[in-house]
Amino acid sequence: MDTAVTPHANYLTDGYTLKSWLLTRDHKRIGLLYLISVTAFFVLGAVFAAIIRAELLTPAGDLVASDTYNRLFTMHGVVMVFFFLIPAIPSVLGNFLVPIMIGAKDLAFPRLNLLSWYLYTFGGFFTLWALVAGGVDTGWTFYTPYSSAFSNSNVALVVVGIFINGFSSILTGLNFVVTIHKMRAPGMTWFRMPLFIWAHYATALIMVLGTPVIAITLVMVAAERLLGLGIFDPKLGGDPVLFQHLFWFYSHPAVYIMILPAMGIMSELVAAFSRKAIFGYSFVAFSSLAIAVFGFLVWGHHMFVSSESVYSAMAFSLLSFLVAIPSAVKVFNWSATMYKGSISFEAPMMYVFGFVGLFLIGGLTGLFLAAIAVDVHVTDTYFVVAHFHYIMVGGTIMMFMGGLHFWWPKITGKLYNEFWAKVAAATIFFGFNLTFFPQFIVGYLGMPRRYHAYPPEFQLWNILSTAGATVLAVGYAMPALYFAHSLLRGQPAPSNPWGAKGLEWETTSPPPTHNFDTPPVVTEPPYNYAK
Amino acid sequence: MSGTHADEPSVLQHHFDNLGQQFEASTLGMWLFLVTEILFFGGLFTAYMVYRMAYPEAFAEASHHLNIVLGGANTAVLIGSSLTMAMAVYAAQRGQRERQVVFLVLTMVLGMVFLGVKSVEYSHKFAEGLIPGPNFRFEGDAIHSQLFFSLYFVMTGLHALHMIIGIGIMAVLTMMAWKGRYTARYHTPVEVSGLYWHFVDIVWIFLFPLLYLIDRHGAVR
Repeated sequence: MDTAVTPHANYLTDGYTLKSWLLTRDHKRIGLLYLISVTAFFVLGAVFAAIIRAELLTPAGDLVASDTYNRLFTMHGVVMVFFFLIPAIPSVLGNFLVPIMIGAKDLAFPRLNLLSWYLYTFGGFFTLWALVAGGVDTGWTFYTPYSSAFSNSNVALVVVGIFINGFSSILTGLNFVVTIHKMRAPGMTWFRMPLFIWAHYATALIMVLGTPVIAITLVMVAAERLLGLGIFDPKLGGDPVLFQHLFWFYSHPAVYIMILPAMGIMSELVAAFSRKAIFGYSFVAFSSLAIAVFGFLVWGHHMFVSSESVYSAMAFSLLSFLVAIPSAVKVFNWSATMYKGSISFEAPMMYVFGFVGLFLIGGLTGLFLAAIAVDVHVTDTYFVVAHFHYIMVGGTIMMFMGGLHFWWPKITGKLYNEFWAKVAAATIFFGFNLTFFPQFIVGYLGMPRRYHAYPPEFQLWNILSTAGATVLAVGYAMPALYFAHSLLRGQPAPSNPWGAKGLEWETTSPPPTHNFDTPPVVTEPPYNYAK
Repeated sequence: MSGTHADEPSVLQHHFDNLGQQFEASTLGMWLFLVTEILFFGGLFTAYMVYRMAYPEAFAEASHHLNIVLGGANTAVLIGSSLTMAMAVYAAQRGQRERQVVFLVLTMVLGMVFLGVKSVEYSHKFAEGLIPGPNFRFEGDAIHSQLFFSLYFVMTGLHALHMIIGIGIMAVLTMMAWKGRYTARYHTPVEVSGLYWHFVDIVWIFLFPLLYLIDRHGAVR
């Protein structure tokens, strides 16, 4: 190997001090800061999950006390939802790629971008504080009046943490919308934008429109706990169901904050590894916006058993079914893109197939749950747990991993070990299904969620699930090893290792601080693989 | 054409092509932020709507304990501050340094008058035992009027917090304007802060009738 190669000056060589990282305004460095912190929270959330799965290995509640178990699943949910799944793709890959893909030098507000990372970290600190102080036991949904009037755990601390973290989400979304509107390179028209950008645009809209509602809702819960107000307290004339409305008005669209960026990555990967332009570009682009819009109209399907009137339940049920249309448009268009494409099976493409599989199962069981009668039957069972893990975790992590592999050479300038990456992708897919598919069955049979003990007849399914979780853990650990190896010993990556289209592949790997040595001018449609 | 002015590099951030793009981005950013603010207050307005529809009598009764004279005067003060803010922005657009500073200071003064009056109102409520909690005293439907006062304090309290932040922003703007940082070519911070200030005023324009003017047209109680 030629050791005399002097690397092209890039964003990684632009300062080596801690200060040059902690005070950076470079969206690429901030993306890496997010990658580190998001990964740390993922590991934390995974540890909680591991203890939960270990407890459920046997029907008796013998590993942890029921109170401890309540805190475990609550902290697992809080950490994974607010500190991993929501920021994972937009704040890491979105941060890194949105400006480059549209040919900009940076996001519109670099200082706000750095601030958003600090807010995320600060909010995370509050959550960890609550954890050290003994945790919180309300479930990640913080349903009132338990959370506001009865729980003796650290609800206020966690609520403050999530409130602060919400600002980080708002700032990221705001930054993306403004950047995409105002910072596109000459020739980068709306319909030449990569679908990754369309997906992030739709995501950013949800972040901007939804997050403030959860913020004010949590303020009200905190005000109840700290000041004794009674907005959600039935004793004081308040209505606890109002909390559920406000909570799900954000928290249902939040699922689309997680899955839409994943769909954006899907479009990039499918086109790149099929060597074909995406089929029905504008349908895929507008389906992202449609999902964002419908996403705000379906929150009532979380409340079919919460004293909702039959008529609003029917309306919410119908609207929930409608979300399937833009989702299916995407899956069909990705499949049509692959049709007669020149498909190659590199590791990112393995994740593409994994995503389609998991999203299909997760999406179709979503239709079960949109049907009122079935939903009432399986409410608060493991069927629901399995469904949302397939969508939120399966969908989001598959593409977080797929995207991380695809853009790893661009981000780090190093190649990774393709063989082990494929092994990891297969392990994750297998482990994921083994973990969560049994939960559909055991949930349909009637095993309720959020209990640390269960009747013995459910044990077989729980053993399978715990075994799957073990495999999954091995699958998630593997990339840590070969990515670390890639950083230390990896071959230098060329500008465009995959032969893919898009502005990010026209600059060097890693990109220079201002992204392009000469400002790009766009003259061709996206995914111009036919040329 | 950018780059024709000597002071361009000091105000143009590195990642923008020209001042026009920078101005448009900042303005759009502020409008989006105001959208998030609308949804933030929107949660409270929703709660207000739900409970007012559920307990109309209690809300009317409780509303009559608010001081309509002080509230009305404060409304006038805030509208006045919007005028001075608009004048400050206009002065910035014309590059008039002294007028800019004067109007910014006036805006701050009016904002502080508003907060002063608000604190007088709060202390009256305290004296009358209308603070929600164990010491809440109310003749009539005490439970549901307490709900009204919970909403009253959270909504006006959050509004006041926004006013305090706004006054802080105005203080920084005033210092910068005093140093002559804002010119006819570059006054983006004044413009976007003006948007914020007007927004905070508009929130009050909704709060005032919803909280103070319930059922005032009916029989005098």
